[in-house]
Amino acid sequence: MLSPEQVVDASFLEARHMLLEIAALLDRYDAAVARGAEAGSPVATAKLAALRQALGVLREPDPPQDRTVALLELFAQA
Amino acid sequence: MQIIQPHYHAIARTAQDYERMAMSGVVAVAEPAFWAGFDRLYPETFLDYFRQISEFEPTRAAQYGIRHFSWVAVNPKEAENPVLTREVLAHFPEFFAKPTVLGVGETGLHKSTKNECESLEAHVEIAMKHGQLVLIHTPHLADKAHGTRRVLEVLAGMNIDRERVWIDHVEEQTIKPCLDAGYWVGFTLYPITKCSPKRAVDMLEKYGTGRILVNSSADWGPSDPFTLQECTLEFRRRGHTLQEAIEVFHNNPCRFLGQNPKFDIKPIRVEMAEEEPACG
Repeated sequence: MLSPEQVVDASFLEARHMLLEIAALLDRYDAAVARGAEAGSPVATAKLAALRQALGVLREPDPPQDRTVALLELFAQA
Repeated sequence: MQIIQPHYHAIARTAQDYERMAMSGVVAVAEPAFWAGFDRLYPETFLDYFRQISEFEPTRAAQYGIRHFSWVAVNPKEAENPVLTREVLAHFPEFFAKPTVLGVGETGLHKSTKNECESLEAHVEIAMKHGQLVLIHTPHLADKAHGTRRVLEVLAGMNIDRERVWIDHVEEQTIKPCLDAGYWVGFTLYPITKCSPKRAVDMLEKYGTGRILVNSSADWGPSDPFTLQECTLEFRRRGHTLQEAIEVFHNNPCRFLGQNPKFDIKPIRVEMAEEEPACG
């Protein structure tokens, strides 16, 4: 089993990479809207809202359930 | 589609990479001098390495129909040995005379120390004195923003032709000052620690395609030469035309590298063929 420090060390760069991809996705969406494109279908809007809600879940320091479970349940409804 | 891989560390890769690159449209690669994973102790070690990338590696690439070009430099990670750096620099003109050496690179900064800055300045000076192109490495991760600022500060104090200087590994927080100052910039596509194909296309859409090179910088670490093809796919998938893709992934390398006449691959334009008469 990994120590807390090993968990962070082993995955920091990969997590950084994934967060940058999410940041770029949100920037890409804003740029598309700024170019005058339609804001998106109701389905796309719901997916974006789910992503933003998921980011909120990740911010919780002491969540009531595992974050992974919370996100899977959240995305099941998106 | 024809592609040029402008930053590729071929000696760290297998022949299978050459074969697959050839099968996926790569017509030329350019190999900057790189860090070996440990600090070299002797000038002769560098000189043999330069011989390897300027004499032997073009023959290996040629077996797959790929043109191979190279650059010479003491890597920024080894700049803490100024005596060694000076001894190696003294041999650069011998390599500038080789038929496939395009210039000085990758020089640049790693931790942005005083010795590194002096080495960068010495590299750029010798390049300008001999009419060579320059490829500049900018630091990784947390050191990138500060290191890129220092690169720009060092270059600002020098008499250089900015169109002949390529600042590599730029990302969203460093691209604008480099372009604004008149340099070429490069996006390096790494699986994890540098730019991703999608983020590279985002920047192409935001800043336009002028003075931008895209590369995989594939080396002996976690890297993948085919991130370049992933990027061309992402670019095309977003609706950009074939010609626009060729401008970025083939013609821009021709425009920058072609400032050295040894790089003789010319920009290409796709045209519809005239309608042919029906058979029979």
